[in-house]
Amino acid sequence: MRPAAQCRRFCFVDFHTFLIQLLNGVQYGLLLFLVSSGLTLVFGIMGVINIAHGSFYMIGAYLAWSLAGALGSFWIALPVGIVLTAAFGFLLEMLLVRKLYARDHLYQVLLTYGLMLVFEETRSILWGDDVRGVQIPQLLSASIALTDTLSYPVYRLWISAVCLLVAALMYWVMQKTRVGMMIRAGVFNREMAQSLGIDMHLLSRMVFAAGITLAGLAGMIAAPTSAVFPGMGNQVLILCFVVIVIGGMGSVKGAMVASLLIGLVDTFGKVVHLEIGGLKLLPELSSMAVYILMAAILLWRPEGIFGRKA
Amino acid sequence: MKPERLLIAALLAVAAVLIVLPLFAEKFYVQLFAKNLILAILAMSLDLLIGYAGLVSFGHAAFYGVAGYALALFAPQNHAANFWTSFPLAVGASAVLALAIGFFVLRTHGIYFIMVTLAFAQMLFSLFFDTKIAGGSDGIYIDVRPVARIGDWQPFDLDNFVHVYYLALFFLALVYVLLRTVLRSPFGRVLAGIRVNERRMRSLGYATFRYKLVCFVIAGAIAGVAGYLAAVQFGVVNPEMLGWHLSASVMMMVILGGMGTLLGPALGAAIWMLLELGFQGLPQAGGTDLGKHWQLFMGGFIVLATLFLPRGIAGIAGMLRRPRETPHE
Repeated sequence: MRPAAQCRRFCFVDFHTFLIQLLNGVQYGLLLFLVSSGLTLVFGIMGVINIAHGSFYMIGAYLAWSLAGALGSFWIALPVGIVLTAAFGFLLEMLLVRKLYARDHLYQVLLTYGLMLVFEETRSILWGDDVRGVQIPQLLSASIALTDTLSYPVYRLWISAVCLLVAALMYWVMQKTRVGMMIRAGVFNREMAQSLGIDMHLLSRMVFAAGITLAGLAGMIAAPTSAVFPGMGNQVLILCFVVIVIGGMGSVKGAMVASLLIGLVDTFGKVVHLEIGGLKLLPELSSMAVYILMAAILLWRPEGIFGRKA
Repeated sequence: MKPERLLIAALLAVAAVLIVLPLFAEKFYVQLFAKNLILAILAMSLDLLIGYAGLVSFGHAAFYGVAGYALALFAPQNHAANFWTSFPLAVGASAVLALAIGFFVLRTHGIYFIMVTLAFAQMLFSLFFDTKIAGGSDGIYIDVRPVARIGDWQPFDLDNFVHVYYLALFFLALVYVLLRTVLRSPFGRVLAGIRVNERRMRSLGYATFRYKLVCFVIAGAIAGVAGYLAAVQFGVVNPEMLGWHLSASVMMMVILGGMGTLLGPALGAAIWMLLELGFQGLPQAGGTDLGKHWQLFMGGFIVLATLFLPRGIAGIAGMLRRPRETPHE
């Protein structure tokens, strides 16, 4: 192990810390993928921008907290929460979002922003404004020891595994099933798909509900590792936008690549102290790294890495 | 009377009331109206982007907030800054920022543009929120307001709330005249063309990117004027000033008043403030303090307004107008 003073440019303390940060970055990226993949599909297939999407991440986390408390077990809370968010997404599309398809993006932004305020305040009335914590379920509460002092929690590995499983499932649905074929057709050309006899209304509703459910699921499984707090959805929402700008709208593959990229950049940005010409950059400035990455992609490919040229 | 004449008469009446207001109103109301005038300037600048150039920016508060921060960081501790240097500096900071951000965001269109403007504004938000450059999340106080002295002569005193009010009113009028002139010029016609069909304008030989960039910088600089005035009025600058809630609120002001009308958004700012005060003043009901949760009602209002009033107040006026007479059989 080299003393810190001898490190020149990039400086990790040692290999195990590096490994832990790598795992954290991947886990964070995968979680981001869960939220952003739904958003990117809703964009792609319906052309709707949904500011309230991040709220469902927040709602999922609060559902995990309140359901786990009420039902006594995280493992019962999880499926109940999934069913609740899916039903909520289905209803929301039916009552409000449907009216936005023909509207200008400006109105989509405003209406869903209004919805976001309503969700946020309803949460405040129902569950209060305090920071909450959810206990890690007993089954996964162990840690894997890496060295004498460092260890990695099993629960975080489980989060990554769940996300990968969902991603694989999504890949299978999108590439190998009839529904997936219809969704891809809808992303490519909505009118054409409609005129070929695909029920785009039903398909849109299903995709919207699924996207909301994924965001909710991400919130639920993230709840035990991070605090459950007001405004947690908005933070994720803006990162999801960055993911979509980088990955390309409507591209699930792009969402995966960009999410991982951002997860890693964000995580390592916080621990790597970059020195340029003797000038030490503040670790706080690292939160900007993600946006600088986005700016670079905009110069290189304004339509995103996997986006189609408009 | 013709509707146009009626409108002009109403405008003159409003202007007259605004001019004499500080003569009889209490301090609280003068300050409230000054805040309103400042927000009206901000709403007008966003209307230039949304209503005239078709650029739906979701990060407009960034330029407003940065001008405030520029003043706060430029002003020496415990001493007054000079208005004549700090004002151009703050507005210049907003303009330069708009140039830099515009250079990136104007490469995108539609939904992308909305997301990218939001993301860049959020980048600035996190810069001021997370770092200790300017007080972090608490913001930074401007202990001594700038002084506008030329030699021994002091044309106005920024410690005097009436003077601040008139300064805001003056800038509102100036910005209105300036924007009207810009929009009537060939430049403004090109912008209108870009809004309707950018590809066609490009094939006509206009370098649309440059036109949009200039427009973006003008809007950013005007937002900077508003931000400077706000910092002077409140004596404090915080990250909320560049947050996305303000960006969305200003967007709502533009829509409420009717986009592409300049004066509409100024009126929209007034309506918005009234709504905010009204919802915040809601009483206790059934154990919950409704006033504390005013954003619930604001959210509900936004949803309903976008569903039923897409063209704002101007739309209502249009609905009330007599239908065109159809020839009888």
